[in-house]
Amino acid sequence: MPVVDLRAAAAAAAVCIALFAAAAAAQDIQPADVLVKNVTLEVVEIVKRDKDIQAGDRRKVVELIEAKVVPHFNFTAMTASAVGTQWGKANAEQKLRLTEEFRTLMVRTYASSIAAYRNQRLDFRPLRAKPTDTDVTVNVRVLQPGTEAVKIDYDMEKTARGWKVWDVRVADISLTANYRTEFANVVRDSGIDGLIRILQAKNSKALERTPVAGAERK
Amino acid sequence: MSGLWAGVRGGRGARLKVLLAAFALVLASGCATTNGSDPRDPLEGFNRSMYAFNDAFDEAIGKPVASAYKSTLPEPVRGWVRNFFANIGDLFIGLNNLLQGKPADSVNDWARFAFNTIFGVFGINDIASEMGLEKHNEDFGQTFGRWGSPSGAYLVWPLAGPSTVRDSAGGLLDLYFDPVRRHQPDDARLFAGLLRAVNQRADLLDASRILEEAALDKYLFQRDAFLQRRRGLIHDGNPPRESPSSRERMNPRVQAEPGAPAADRLFEEPAAAGAAVAEQAHSYEPRLPANYEAVVAASRVRR
Repeated sequence: MPVVDLRAAAAAAAVCIALFAAAAAAQDIQPADVLVKNVTLEVVEIVKRDKDIQAGDRRKVVELIEAKVVPHFNFTAMTASAVGTQWGKANAEQKLRLTEEFRTLMVRTYASSIAAYRNQRLDFRPLRAKPTDTDVTVNVRVLQPGTEAVKIDYDMEKTARGWKVWDVRVADISLTANYRTEFANVVRDSGIDGLIRILQAKNSKALERTPVAGAERK
Repeated sequence: MSGLWAGVRGGRGARLKVLLAAFALVLASGCATTNGSDPRDPLEGFNRSMYAFNDAFDEAIGKPVASAYKSTLPEPVRGWVRNFFANIGDLFIGLNNLLQGKPADSVNDWARFAFNTIFGVFGINDIASEMGLEKHNEDFGQTFGRWGSPSGAYLVWPLAGPSTVRDSAGGLLDLYFDPVRRHQPDDARLFAGLLRAVNQRADLLDASRILEEAALDKYLFQRDAFLQRRRGLIHDGNPPRESPSSRERMNPRVQAEPGAPAADRLFEEPAAAGAAVAEQAHSYEPRLPANYEAVVAASRVRR
């Protein structure tokens, strides 16, 4: 009897290893929800430990985001979504510059949100998607007493370089969709170059202001 | 973020004066400044004047008072204030959930009220959340939306901030049932209303600063965020995907750049674009530029 058991176990183990190897060969990329959870927890852990960030050191927050968060975002897709129908009218150079400026704007906004983080509890919701899906929404909820949970949805697309975020919705407010009307108005009045100029002005003005949102919290 | 002044519901005389002043201001500045570019916001000229008034009021009074409040009272105390008013709110959140045909949620909300009032010392501690009874967000505007009422035109009220025609009607009912407004005597009511408003404003100091950093045009940014948020709330966090027509309108259609290197397969514009659009008619996805790889490569060179 023990012999049979051992054999069965060995066979099962072999099958498992084979399946695992096959799966690993097919895709050695982290599932979207695992990726979001790992990155979020890592960033939160660093923010909690870093005295400079808690004191409102903008440069360090931006560095942290550039290193840990930015690689998982597809800023070209985000910019395209924010610019909307006019995106097709931009040439390659304009698209690049638009993306560059929008990326700066997003990183700055994100830096302010992180600096405002105050040990709220995070609830990582299980992903409701088929393993074959290439476009999923990962849901995280920020829990705090006295108010309803703040829902953060990451819309993600699977690429050869792993899962990439192409939109973030905070409390059902899409960060990219929220710029569409503004951007469309600017493009209508002063063209794509006008939009690039306005974004540049906005970004360089923000550089002069050193304190980051949440810096003066107690 | 002057919407938080919705919390001030006492002091009728003073408020009326401010209101009249605001309307005079609007009439003086003239409603003729409408761009009329957005069908959701036909009263943009009026709304922008109201927004400017609210913003000035917030800069002069709202923000300084909230900041002082925040630096004077430690977080635990502000938490008690937040929880106390949130607990009163649960009563009518439960009623709205019942009206929206969600009795299980109403039971949850009323159980929250019972537990927090009795064991949480008049609601200053939110023990119900720790027990797993979730806090909801409902009001009469959402109930009307749930019943199928369209939002109507976007409206900005003095002090009360962003709203719509539907949400204003709902807001009047919210106000009518508001236990703080009904509280006697007048002094206590004024104190409670102000405390609630200041606490809410203090809680949103970070958020309003982020809004200021993120927005090019604060009015448009707040309006679009408000409309997106309300839509999400009415559907309890699961708003339906955008309709095919609006998707088509919003979607950047990207043409392949001639001579661009072969793109990542996932980012390619489908060859039969028409068929693809019909197929995905119910989902919203941004179209990526066909020359995505080239763009990424170029941006790497630049950095």
